[in-house]
Amino acid sequence: MADKGSDAAFVEFERVQKSYDGETLVVKDLNLSMPKGEFLTMLGPSGSGKTTCLMMLAGFETATHGDIRLGGTSINNIPPHKRGIGMVFQNYALFPHMTIAENLGFPLEVRKMGKSEREEKIKRALDMVEMGAFGGRRPAQLSGGQQQRIALARALVFEPELVLMDEPLGALDKQLREKMQFEITHLAHSLGITTVYVTHDQTEAMTMSDRVAVFDDGRIQQLAPPDTLYEEPQNSFVAQFIGENNTLEGTVKEINNNVALVQLDDGELIDCNPINVGVGDRTRVSIRPERVEFNKDRLQEGTHTVKAEVLEFIYMGDIFRTRLRVAGNDEFIIKTRNAPDQVRLQPGQQIEVGWLPEDCRALDA
Amino acid sequence: MSDTTQSGPVLAADGTPLKRSLNRALRLQKMRALALIAPLLLFVLLTFIIPIGQMLFRSVENDIVATTLPRTVVALQSWDAASGVAPDEAVYTALAADLHDAAKAKTHTRVGSRLNYETPGISSLFRKAGRKAKKWDVEADGPFKEQFIKIAKGWGDPDVWRTIQTYSPKYTNGYFLNAADMQKGADGAEIRPESERIYITLFKRTLIMSLIITGSCIVLAYPVAWILANLPAAKANLLMILVLLPFWTSLLVRTSAWKVMLQQQGVINDVLVWLGLVADDARLVMINNQLGTIIAMTHILLPFMILPMYSVMQTIQPTYLRAAKSMGATNWTAFWRVYFPLSVPGIGAGSILVFILSIGYYITPELVGGTKGVFISNRIAFHISSSLNWGLAAALGSILLAVVLILYWAYDKIVGIDNVKLG
Repeated sequence: MADKGSDAAFVEFERVQKSYDGETLVVKDLNLSMPKGEFLTMLGPSGSGKTTCLMMLAGFETATHGDIRLGGTSINNIPPHKRGIGMVFQNYALFPHMTIAENLGFPLEVRKMGKSEREEKIKRALDMVEMGAFGGRRPAQLSGGQQQRIALARALVFEPELVLMDEPLGALDKQLREKMQFEITHLAHSLGITTVYVTHDQTEAMTMSDRVAVFDDGRIQQLAPPDTLYEEPQNSFVAQFIGENNTLEGTVKEINNNVALVQLDDGELIDCNPINVGVGDRTRVSIRPERVEFNKDRLQEGTHTVKAEVLEFIYMGDIFRTRLRVAGNDEFIIKTRNAPDQVRLQPGQQIEVGWLPEDCRALDA
Repeated sequence: MSDTTQSGPVLAADGTPLKRSLNRALRLQKMRALALIAPLLLFVLLTFIIPIGQMLFRSVENDIVATTLPRTVVALQSWDAASGVAPDEAVYTALAADLHDAAKAKTHTRVGSRLNYETPGISSLFRKAGRKAKKWDVEADGPFKEQFIKIAKGWGDPDVWRTIQTYSPKYTNGYFLNAADMQKGADGAEIRPESERIYITLFKRTLIMSLIITGSCIVLAYPVAWILANLPAAKANLLMILVLLPFWTSLLVRTSAWKVMLQQQGVINDVLVWLGLVADDARLVMINNQLGTIIAMTHILLPFMILPMYSVMQTIQPTYLRAAKSMGATNWTAFWRVYFPLSVPGIGAGSILVFILSIGYYITPELVGGTKGVFISNRIAFHISSSLNWGLAAALGSILLAVVLILYWAYDKIVGIDNVKLG
């Protein structure tokens, strides 16, 4: 099912804009196209326009400008109840006056489905989320995680081709959230449904999605699979927002063979991988903490190193986190694996750190 | 581990049963709570519960006959009311002695008016006889039977004596029988003749009109509460002021305003005539009847319906409606299957409030109800302040209280009081 139409766009946003007050745009020129069967996450800080996009797709908000298409047809003028899109809400929105089975039966009932068929589907949906024994209970009698599963089952029970999820795991504790992340992805892929997932939690976005759209300021800053997003951020917002990141500020001096020479603000010169910057531009150099090396034996021959002072050593179990002062930046973090031969740095120690030029990305300032 | 095998009560660390030591620990807390509410409790007890209890007690209390005419009551015990003849001289002698004392203490007219509630005319018998009895020498002036009958023929009427006999016990159900349009006849309780029946009709009218008022309040309040709950806060507050505005105006002023609006030469009729919808000689009668009472009371009680509805609707998350629509429900289905059931507790709370308030409403029916639109409470007020038959007023009030309690109980059984939310 996912293969058949994977080339053709199933969900499309074309030049979509949205304004609530007629003065400011919440969503600015959104273009997005996703194939059938994809799990796409809209990730961004609050107020970045991601939820608005989801609500426009669901039909609860109308686009001020532009076209939203589902399966090739424009749905701008189709009311929400005719779109056939399943939706999981942030607070689950299970109807408190109905039992679990009645909640699940609701979308089937409004579709005028017969009783026996309805019961069969309810049972199948409940079994799918391993809640088969709970049909007779009320939502208030269930725990948060159980309510979450029911909300998911309810969004899937009428077999929609597209399911929207608006921060569905926000109210759960960390352990349960991780478990549900896995279950939701697993379910979405095994059923072959197209999913648009909204979250502000970048770990959630990374672990669940086929592709992630990073939103900021009403625009998609980058749309890419998680690994690309992490390793090749296209601008400093994405680099900052996804994962931990060290930033050094400087100016691009020259660019040769796709290697930029950047002069940091304290005068140090380093080689970087230039991304959308030109000679003479101010730049923010971004280096991931786990790509920084201080052990001279492991550094490549001829790697340029920078002087650093150890400020703090934090033992975190699986990793060590060390805070350094590098080129005037007191918040320079390095992460090292807790291995038997690993060195534990002491505060006050003077060391030299280095990295590969391609791990060091010169981004926009 | 020994705890699990032990079958006796769970013990605290010092060996006392856990329940007892818990009670001891909570006692101080309870005492403190009691001390905090004590002033209010005392206030309510002294100014509300005791007077009301006393008032209700009046509905069965009847010791005035026995205390004012003690000898007569004893002498009358042997008289057979069914015999159809007046009692013998002994009773009259006893009455003469009682009246002599009562007239000196000036209490004879009170007995007269008490018995007058049951058999009209008795009051004047007592007044006339009292005047004479005051001067009698009870030992020397007998026999009294002829003298009494000479003072007033009524003293020879067995019906008068039957009334005195019937109402000589210290407690009576007479007021309640009266309140239910019944009376004590020669063979116990009997229904009053049709021309004297009034209270059953009034009770029925009170209940039916209260139901109509509650119903029209629901219909009018629901959309308003819905808008209030769904508007942005600033606009909702403005609208809320409009809803609460009537509370800031005197009830009398509002009711009088309805008089101006509804009367035949009033604003509404004038407008209708001017528009040509109603002929000038066929102006609508909208006041001094049931319609007037219903219109005015619906208006006055509307805020009591809107407020609980609003507070319940505020708690209904808008995502419920969105969820319903995303699952394919039309606007109407989403409302009817999801929103409405969730708003029922508000309707319940508002209905109880409005119904109970209207069942005991007094001023508005009095002013705009005419004779056809008055409630049982107007009759109670009449007996309290005009006819001074407090016993009957208390009996009517007790019945009203019982009806409200029964309805409340029924509501609890059907809807459940814990489903009612006032905020």
